[in-house]
Amino acid sequence: MSEREQQPQGPGEGAPATPAPQPPTTGASATTGAGTEGVGAADAPLVELVDVSKYYGNIKALEGVSLEVRAGEISCVLGDNGAGKSTLIKIISGLHQHDAGTFRIDGEQARIGSPREALDRGIATVYQDLAVVPLMPVWRNFFLGSEPTKGRGLLRRLDTATMRETTRTELRRMGIDLRDVDQPIGTLSGGERQCVAIARAVYFGAKVLVLDEPTAALGVKQSGVVLKYVAAARDAGLGVVLITHNPHHAYLVGDRFVLLKRGAMAGSHAKSEITLDELTRQMAGGSELEELSHELARASTPTLRPGRPTAG
Amino acid sequence: MSGSLARPTTPADPPEPDERLLHRSTLRSLLGRPELGAVVGAVAVFVFFSVVADSFLQLSSLSTVLYASSTIGIMAVPVALLMIGGEFDLSTGVAVTTSALVSSMFSYQMTANVWVGVGVSLLTSLAIGFFNGIVLVRTGLPSFIITLATFLMLTGMNLGFTKLISGKVSTKAIGDMEGFESARKIFASQHTIGDVNIKVTILWWLGLVAVATWILLRTRAGNWIFAAGGNAHAARAVGVPVARTKIALYMGTGFGAWVLGQHLLFSFDTVQSGEGVGNELLYIIAAVIGGCLMTGGYGSAIGAAVGALIFGMTNKGIVYAQWDADWFKFFLGAMLLLATLLNAWVRKRAEASK
Repeated sequence: MSEREQQPQGPGEGAPATPAPQPPTTGASATTGAGTEGVGAADAPLVELVDVSKYYGNIKALEGVSLEVRAGEISCVLGDNGAGKSTLIKIISGLHQHDAGTFRIDGEQARIGSPREALDRGIATVYQDLAVVPLMPVWRNFFLGSEPTKGRGLLRRLDTATMRETTRTELRRMGIDLRDVDQPIGTLSGGERQCVAIARAVYFGAKVLVLDEPTAALGVKQSGVVLKYVAAARDAGLGVVLITHNPHHAYLVGDRFVLLKRGAMAGSHAKSEITLDELTRQMAGGSELEELSHELARASTPTLRPGRPTAG
Repeated sequence: MSGSLARPTTPADPPEPDERLLHRSTLRSLLGRPELGAVVGAVAVFVFFSVVADSFLQLSSLSTVLYASSTIGIMAVPVALLMIGGEFDLSTGVAVTTSALVSSMFSYQMTANVWVGVGVSLLTSLAIGFFNGIVLVRTGLPSFIITLATFLMLTGMNLGFTKLISGKVSTKAIGDMEGFESARKIFASQHTIGDVNIKVTILWWLGLVAVATWILLRTRAGNWIFAAGGNAHAARAVGVPVARTKIALYMGTGFGAWVLGQHLLFSFDTVQSGEGVGNELLYIIAAVIGGCLMTGGYGSAIGAAVGALIFGMTNKGIVYAQWDADWFKFFLGAMLLLATLLNAWVRKRAEASK
């Protein structure tokens, strides 16, 4: 795992022969950096936030939020619009710095200054408005910014064969079977684009994957497809932070759940401690949901069971 | 598409290409090329003038057409790259004149070998490009405004400095100066193959197309150009040096202006300081006819070259057809409209049918 840390710069120079190393199997020992004189190093989460707060001037954007992300686990952050989810992402991905609390990476206190630094430390963020260039082919997008080359001097050129082949195999490893990696990425569906972005992060050595509302703009089927790849990333040994406002999606894949409400933490549960109904109830704010269900019941839909996955 | 997604992975993947690729015919992949509209347009223009102008098909006419095309094409290629990178340059037309003026006047005033002037001119042209680029990335203003300002300033400086230094609107003749003949060989000679005259600008043109195509399709810089124009935010997020790429693209147009400016100078031995105004639009038109998107992120150098060829054929074809040359602008406008419509239609079809 420690070699993979070096990888975000991409297999730029001579790496075509060695694409991404096979992700290690889930195991806490593999994930702890050998150099960290460990505060419980054997079992330190990849990323850990303890009582983290963020203020914008006199506005509390986030207060006292704790979250831990472990290798091979999915930590879900749930909250309605304005609950502070984006602020949390920005802290983890290095766009903003926290004002109070503790932020640890591999059990080591950290403060990330930029998205590039986050990437170098193995934290990759896939934003809602995806970082792809729609008119460019899938394989060019996949390697954008970290293109492998061959040859020297004036003849230094893109290793297009490797790029195409790696894109195809890496996507296939994630279970995405593209007909043609030469098609513009803009012609893929939203779900597929999410998956390419995830596969890209995995290939370039991410240890922690932060996904910002990956299913928000998608239909039911596409959401399912994306969740499958999120699970695939988890199985590949990554720690995943899944930001969503959909408790159904979260419960399908999540191992632990953090609920945010108006910038504060409204709950934190392991999957074994909570049912989907309870999660949904807390997410919607208990009484508010009951009120809603009463309203819905009156609106002549008596057969609808609460908690049934609906369109995402 | 989502259907194919759900398919389970096959662990034993054969190394040969996906068999489903056969579904995508050669025709379809040709349709996906940005230059298609321009090629179709070029063929149409060629056939049209072959029919209406008797002398159009003669070899001597052909070399005249190629020459006219190359004087546009040399600039259209770097302008196309810049447009793929998402920016405009309105200063290219007068920058060509600036390049010629600097070269000529420096050599004359310093009584130096003309190659010294040529070198100084190269530095000046690159510096103008660098100026455009650095102002663009520092201010974040639209390139339309920035290069419009450069265009106006250069126009004024071309006239002002020339008058100040030589007292006239044109430069002094440098035809008898040291190095003139060798510089003419590089920038303004012609070679006769059989009974066809090949002007050296055609070689410059083809060379630039080849280099630009190589850069666009086979280098990291090419990937960055497409990304900078297609989605600069995304490109920055994955570590592409967008600012550097754009500055380099502007310096590329500076290089084109230098080549063409030296040709202008060494074809004759004096330069008119008021020349070049309006040519910048011709370069942009050639690039757009050649399939470059106004919004950036799409296009090709070959397309821009074909766009320049359409320009050359129309320009000279009208003469060979013995029509009033005033009709040229009409043809150019109609061509621009048709080619752009065709490009838009083709791209929509190519993307929808995948």
